[in-house]
Amino acid sequence: MSMKIYVPADAAARALGADAVAAAVTAEAKARGLDVTLVRNGTRGMIWLEPLLEVETETGRTGFGPVTAEDVPALFDAAFGDHALALGPVEQIPYFAKQTRLTFARCGLIDPLSLEDYEAHGGLSGLRRALDMDRDGIVQEVTDSGLRGRGGAGFPTGIKWNTVKDAEAPQKYIVCNADEGDSGTFADRMIMEGDPFTLIEGMAIAGLGVGATKGYVYLRSEYPDAIRVMTEAVRRARVFGLLGDSVLGSAHAFDMEIRSGAGAYVCGEETSLLNSLEGKRGIVRAKPPLPALEGFLGRPTVVNNVISLATVPVIFEKGAEHYRDFGLGRSRGTIPLQIAGNVKYGGLFETAFGMPLGEIVEEIGGGTASGRPVKAVQVGGPLGAYLPVHQFDTPFGYEEFDGQKALIGHAGLVVFDDTADMLAMARFAMEFCAIESCGKCTPCRIGAVRGVETLDRIGRGDGGAVEILTDLCDTMTDGSLCALGGFTPYPVMSALRHFPEEFSVSRKVAAE
Amino acid sequence: MSPSTSEAPTARIEEIIAEHRHLEGPMLPIFHALQEEFDHVPEAALAPIADALNLTRAEVHGVMSFYHDFRKAPPGRHVVKICRAEACQSMGSEALAARALEKAGLDWHATSPDGRVTVEPVYCLGLCACAPAAMVGDKLHARLNEARLDKILAEARS
Repeated sequence: MSMKIYVPADAAARALGADAVAAAVTAEAKARGLDVTLVRNGTRGMIWLEPLLEVETETGRTGFGPVTAEDVPALFDAAFGDHALALGPVEQIPYFAKQTRLTFARCGLIDPLSLEDYEAHGGLSGLRRALDMDRDGIVQEVTDSGLRGRGGAGFPTGIKWNTVKDAEAPQKYIVCNADEGDSGTFADRMIMEGDPFTLIEGMAIAGLGVGATKGYVYLRSEYPDAIRVMTEAVRRARVFGLLGDSVLGSAHAFDMEIRSGAGAYVCGEETSLLNSLEGKRGIVRAKPPLPALEGFLGRPTVVNNVISLATVPVIFEKGAEHYRDFGLGRSRGTIPLQIAGNVKYGGLFETAFGMPLGEIVEEIGGGTASGRPVKAVQVGGPLGAYLPVHQFDTPFGYEEFDGQKALIGHAGLVVFDDTADMLAMARFAMEFCAIESCGKCTPCRIGAVRGVETLDRIGRGDGGAVEILTDLCDTMTDGSLCALGGFTPYPVMSALRHFPEEFSVSRKVAAE
Repeated sequence: MSPSTSEAPTARIEEIIAEHRHLEGPMLPIFHALQEEFDHVPEAALAPIADALNLTRAEVHGVMSFYHDFRKAPPGRHVVKICRAEACQSMGSEALAARALEKAGLDWHATSPDGRVTVEPVYCLGLCACAPAAMVGDKLHARLNEARLDKILAEARS
């Protein structure tokens, strides 16, 4: 009897031993003379269950996890039935069943590098629909969907595309920002490793919409697995005719390349990314000119985050209206929340905008991994604010977080328990900014260094330095050229605002 | 075992430059390819890159030195990158790393005297839901604890 077993090849699953599990499955099947097909899928996103082994049954896929290589013989003995690690039907696990998977519909389900699998699960139908539309129609569809930049800035994607569409130039570009450097985020990595063709399809649709024939994915070097999978996916897409001089047999050309970053966090800022892609120092450019008009090599360029582009295919597959019917206020559609840090059920949870922060952390995430009370959640990466428990009723949306002097960023949430030292976290924010500053503007370059020094003074019990810190943060917020210097005050000031006792003179006394 | 800068074969450097110079924005792909080949970007490569791309040597050096990834000299045989970003910190990575480094007699950015291991900080490996995390070469490790991190460092040094 033939069996189909899935063991993820996602980097998180591999970091937790998935390769050894896969090898054990192959070895055990061979030793028992069983006909087993092993598929290395992406992750479903339930990272606390990784490595999550799935078996195809008549009634759907059933899961076991977290599995170690040592568990594999016993799983075979149990004929993948009754076993202590049995989780039942994977899609009925509450964490998964509660989600609205649009962008991540195929992630974890299919063989990431099989275009056959991809098409069988709705892939390419969005692009085929776009091929029957004109440029105006394509851009209008994106505008109507309400999609906003998922990298963090939340700029309406359709408006950006429209600017590039209307620009006259011999060459235009689609640049995908895959420099996902924010701690607490891994959605880009997960989709690139688990469903790479959806990003390629999204970029091809963007190319059709704005009249660009060349695309680049600027992918951080810290993601070697994603680089490997994307590079191979691009190669296969060319062979298939999805990329090249004639996209799916049409009169339209679109091709793309994967480019590796080089460890600079600031290159996640779009203008710095463009400089880096051109082979320059990753220094931030002043805006205007907008990249939409003078971007890569001075030409009109769409710069979009991975998730923005990877969401485009489902918008075209199901229609703009279907997508925009999800969400809250001006935050339309779904958002892949990345629940991380000190949390019991860490992973990716795609849901419509609007879920309150507390529900995400306490109910979906299950509270802390340590079992201690939650102290704060940093939302939006190293430039995002720390939200204490009393802000947990904030619904997850762009404007809603802005109203709390916070930001959703790339939708990563890092949970901290009550042992977190908020002064140390504030100091780290400044230190990180000092390490990663591109050096172009003074408030960021000098301010971050002074910020570390000032926080050290506060740590030594110099309460008077709090006022200096506040003033410095104002200067960085108002005077920095980009979000690195401009947003570093978010974590610093939120820590100070919500946990003032940790910045006071009594801190030193208490420590002694 | 690693070639010193002066020994980096000029012919191979020229080949790597030639393989990439047709690209739009070829500088970073050239640096990556050189580092892949030599474990660092040889000083001797800067002048030929400048020639090929019609830039000054200072500009090429300026680009190379901007990025954390590009090295002037070969690292230890194994490079261990330990994540120091917030998600790993929330799971105690700072204390974990400090203890392991002290025990191993190593420091951030330092190479062991026997040249076997270099330890570097990294700010996020995208393993934030299974922190703390580290990377040895291209191999990832997550949910680290004292025993596992000690083992990783010991293996890297053996």
